[in-house]
Amino acid sequence: MIDAFIYDACRSPRGRGRADGALHEVTALSLSAQMLDALKARNTLPPDALEDVIWGNVTQIGEQGGCLARSAVMASGFADSVPGLSINRFCASGLEAVNLAANQIRAGSGSAYIAGGVEMMSRVAMGSDGAAVAVDPTLALGARIVPQGISADLIATEYGFDRAQCDAWAAQSQHRAHAAWQDKRFDRAIVPVYDQNGLVILDRDEHMRPDTTADTLAALTPAFQTIGEQMPGFDAVARLRYPHLERISHVHHAGNSSGIVDGAAALLLGTREFGAAHGLTPRARIRASAKIGCDPTIMLTGPVPVTQKLLREQGMDIADIDLFEVNEAFSAVVLLFLQAFGLGPERVNVNGGAIAMGHPLGATGAIILGTLLDELERRDLHTGLATLCVASGMGVATLIERV
Amino acid sequence: MTQDFHYTLEDGIAIIIWDQPHRSMNVMTSEAFATLDEMMTHALDDAHVRGIILTSGKADFAAGMDLAEVAQMKTQGPRAIFDAVMKMHAILRRIERAGMDPATRQGGKPVAAVLPGTGLGIGLELPLACHRIFVKDREDARIGLPEIKVGLFPGGGGTTRLVRKLGLMAAAPVLLEGRIMTPKAAQKAGLIDEVCADPMQAARDWIAQAAPDDLVKPWDKPGWSMPGGAPYSAQGFMTFAGASAMINARTKGAYMAPKALISAVYEGALVPFDLALKIEARWFTHVVCHPQSGAMINTLFVNKSALEKGARRPDLPAQPTAHLGIIGAGMMGAGIALGAARAGITVTLLDLDAARTEQGKGYCAGFYDKAIKRGTATPAQKADVLDRITTTTDMDTLCRCDMVIEAVFEDPEIKANVLAQAARILPDMAVLATNTSSLPITGLAQACKDPARFVGIHFFSPAETMPLVEIITTARTDPATVARAFDLARQMRKTPIIVSDARFFYANRCITPYLNEGLRLLEEGASPALIENAAVMLGMPLGPLQLIDEVSLDLAAGIAKATRAAQGADYADHTAEAVVGAMIAQDRHGRKSGAGFYQYDADGKRQALWPGLGQLFARRADPPLEEVQNRLLLIQTLEAVRAFEAGVIHDIREADVGAILGWGFAPWSGGPFSWIDMVGVDRVVAMTEDLAVRCGPRFGVPPLLARMKADGRRFYQSGGTPVAH
Repeated sequence: MIDAFIYDACRSPRGRGRADGALHEVTALSLSAQMLDALKARNTLPPDALEDVIWGNVTQIGEQGGCLARSAVMASGFADSVPGLSINRFCASGLEAVNLAANQIRAGSGSAYIAGGVEMMSRVAMGSDGAAVAVDPTLALGARIVPQGISADLIATEYGFDRAQCDAWAAQSQHRAHAAWQDKRFDRAIVPVYDQNGLVILDRDEHMRPDTTADTLAALTPAFQTIGEQMPGFDAVARLRYPHLERISHVHHAGNSSGIVDGAAALLLGTREFGAAHGLTPRARIRASAKIGCDPTIMLTGPVPVTQKLLREQGMDIADIDLFEVNEAFSAVVLLFLQAFGLGPERVNVNGGAIAMGHPLGATGAIILGTLLDELERRDLHTGLATLCVASGMGVATLIERV
Repeated sequence: MTQDFHYTLEDGIAIIIWDQPHRSMNVMTSEAFATLDEMMTHALDDAHVRGIILTSGKADFAAGMDLAEVAQMKTQGPRAIFDAVMKMHAILRRIERAGMDPATRQGGKPVAAVLPGTGLGIGLELPLACHRIFVKDREDARIGLPEIKVGLFPGGGGTTRLVRKLGLMAAAPVLLEGRIMTPKAAQKAGLIDEVCADPMQAARDWIAQAAPDDLVKPWDKPGWSMPGGAPYSAQGFMTFAGASAMINARTKGAYMAPKALISAVYEGALVPFDLALKIEARWFTHVVCHPQSGAMINTLFVNKSALEKGARRPDLPAQPTAHLGIIGAGMMGAGIALGAARAGITVTLLDLDAARTEQGKGYCAGFYDKAIKRGTATPAQKADVLDRITTTTDMDTLCRCDMVIEAVFEDPEIKANVLAQAARILPDMAVLATNTSSLPITGLAQACKDPARFVGIHFFSPAETMPLVEIITTARTDPATVARAFDLARQMRKTPIIVSDARFFYANRCITPYLNEGLRLLEEGASPALIENAAVMLGMPLGPLQLIDEVSLDLAAGIAKATRAAQGADYADHTAEAVVGAMIAQDRHGRKSGAGFYQYDADGKRQALWPGLGQLFARRADPPLEEVQNRLLLIQTLEAVRAFEAGVIHDIREADVGAILGWGFAPWSGGPFSWIDMVGVDRVVAMTEDLAVRCGPRFGVPPLLARMKADGRRFYQSGGTPVAH
């Protein structure tokens, strides 16, 4: 089989996903095009070097609608001959874009792709594209659909993570992210966001709160208790699927859940021959990828079964993997991953995660894969796995190894 | 043309009067609908008519569709039902457009609905298709769409029109809960337009000045949008997501009709009005065809009405009770007194001393104080009802009563003593009754002077609100005695069922095994939450552990002890009894003591399952949800069948109605016998045999079910008539 290699990975800094966030003035089109142009410039690619651009993006409406991928190509320095494909696998869209590109390369369809994603959460509100799964009663009623926060609290309840454990993980994420920035570990990946005059709009992650401690988090009010226990009563819906539970323990809040931010990320993928032709050195091989569906009520457990599937298919053991990036959608998602595989915190999200730096939905999968690769190189380790939980009950994982 | 409607023309106004022959209340049939259509068409075509008033010749407007006809409809299959519903929509839509040019929205004739009183179901949906609804200001009139309560939803355009009129949020209580209200409240909720003393005149006045734009419904005007937002608007998205969650949270997924209703609303909200009606018709057809609606209509409407009209009452002249004596002013006695006094019956409430009788009367006053605070009763009503209750400590004052109910402590000796005293005083023609929930009454009959005039009445607690009454007969109870007890129950607006004397009668005989099964599951190591949730997901009002807490563990222990004594070697509930004993040993007696299977706060509010249950009853792997549910439902069902086989209950209609009204047996099923028909006797037997292997002989197949399986029989014919067994 043909191997698919990662040649480069970049990301934008993440801006606070609010009207006062630094990237609120930037269009999804511009930020996407800047990522494409950065990879083109950093790797001195000719305009027609790509087979396709696969672009993850969750809320595909308004400025993010209408196949943003193609628009981004047109707005970038790439040629009209490069098409563009917008995809949506919710929070794993950015990683799924990479997997789709890699698998096409491996199958011999095209020699080079850019894969990544974008989400301007301050500009295009999450959920504003609608979703039958939440409101069509033929689905929502029988599938016992609840909001993600309730699902995260359900994980904490079902698998026994208390508020203190969730807060401790969140505080650690903040400290690790801060330390990583201090140590300039993100420098290689970060592409500052510029205006049309070359003025910098943002060059560092804006969402972090390095002063956070478990004590400051302890003061925050649970975010999902009211919709769970009172109106409209989502806890009762969850109990229809988990009837052995008397109540849901509401442990998640703004401080131990992923931040709402603006951001984008992209990876350059290609065959060995592509690299040789353009004078590029492969950084890592995409060894395998996997995706699964799981119970849509608890929804966010996907990283565990998708990793199990991937390990099974590769004949590997969890101990064979040096580093993990498990998207910090909510603290309990990561804690469940640690519990399921008997992992300590020392190999997981070592540079912090989305709780500290934010989770620009369509981009995050590409961000954490790049972060994983940078850290494998820094530590001179070999194998890494990135995985995300996904809305509606799915999971996606990608296994890379350095070459 | 049927005689359901009459047509007159007065001063250019066509008045269409709904006055169904041989009925005190109008109900809609498909034939009547056709007549209405002909008259409406005539009025719209007649150049001399400038406006139309649709009203009723009776005290009320209409009670709804003829549910018996709806129940029959399902035998015709979905195509016929759908076509019939679409025909109805076309008629209603013609009324709504009233001859106007759909493009210019000009040229329509004003159509006013005038309701002299109650308008329910189609009796509101039809007015909703008119241009303006005028209702007479009557406190006793009721407006609403109660279809959901019999497993249907408003399928005469009411769902589509109301949601478009009010938005989903405001329409939800009316549609999803079937909330009915007084005309004033209905006006406030936006269901109707005007409430006044003379709605006919108000309608005439309105027709005289109605402008063309007044006749155009908001949804027929350009630029209309759904109040509160369509599903994919920012606001509507939350509302619609919340609506599904609320339905799941409230109905535990057990009921079909709310699901169909909300789908009709959701899908309808995404398309133009006429298409929304078509979608409503598709979902309505779906619920009509669903077994739940047939079961609920048959049990909760057709058969319940038949029983209330006396299908099982001895065929004797009416024997109303004018003066009721009640011995024992405790919670039961006081509750019966309250229920009777509210029904206009003169009550004499007797107890040993003034302190007790005053406490009993205080209970009645307290009931009204709460109702007044809620705004559901007036001080005048309270005074009126309390005036009818006289308290006494003198047994001789009962000598003027038509009937005396003994409601003292559940102790056979005390009861026998009191009954003997009362029997000496009562006039010869009066009936003496004992109120008991479990004690066999045949022994007590000996205490009475005339056992023929002695009967048991089991009022459920609280007696003033619970809808079912078991009338318990001994071998010697005279039919006239049964008739009087029956008529008293009807005076009190309760549904009576007639059962033969046997331990626990019918309702408590069937609910006890349900409680015991919950206790067994706990002892076997199932999660307490699973036991409770499995039960409520079946549609039971309370899980077994909560229910035991409510009635108290001491009572449960007492029942177990008495049962053990009565059954001797056959007693098989040692496990359940041991669980109750273990709880009592921990000083946990139920809600009243502030500690039971659940924990309670200082105000007696239930908090959480007691964590100590995990130590007291070692937890093991949970059985699958379905198995827990099968056990909890079958154990009640089998007992109901055995009660029927044993001749305790004589008519499956009473058994089904009694099960739902008496102990809340999963109402969607239509009751245990209806449920067996719904699932199929073959499958029920197979489930039972399976459980017998795994759980023991209490899941034995009753011979009746085995015979029915062999003969391929059912309990009911379509339409709800019982098959003879």
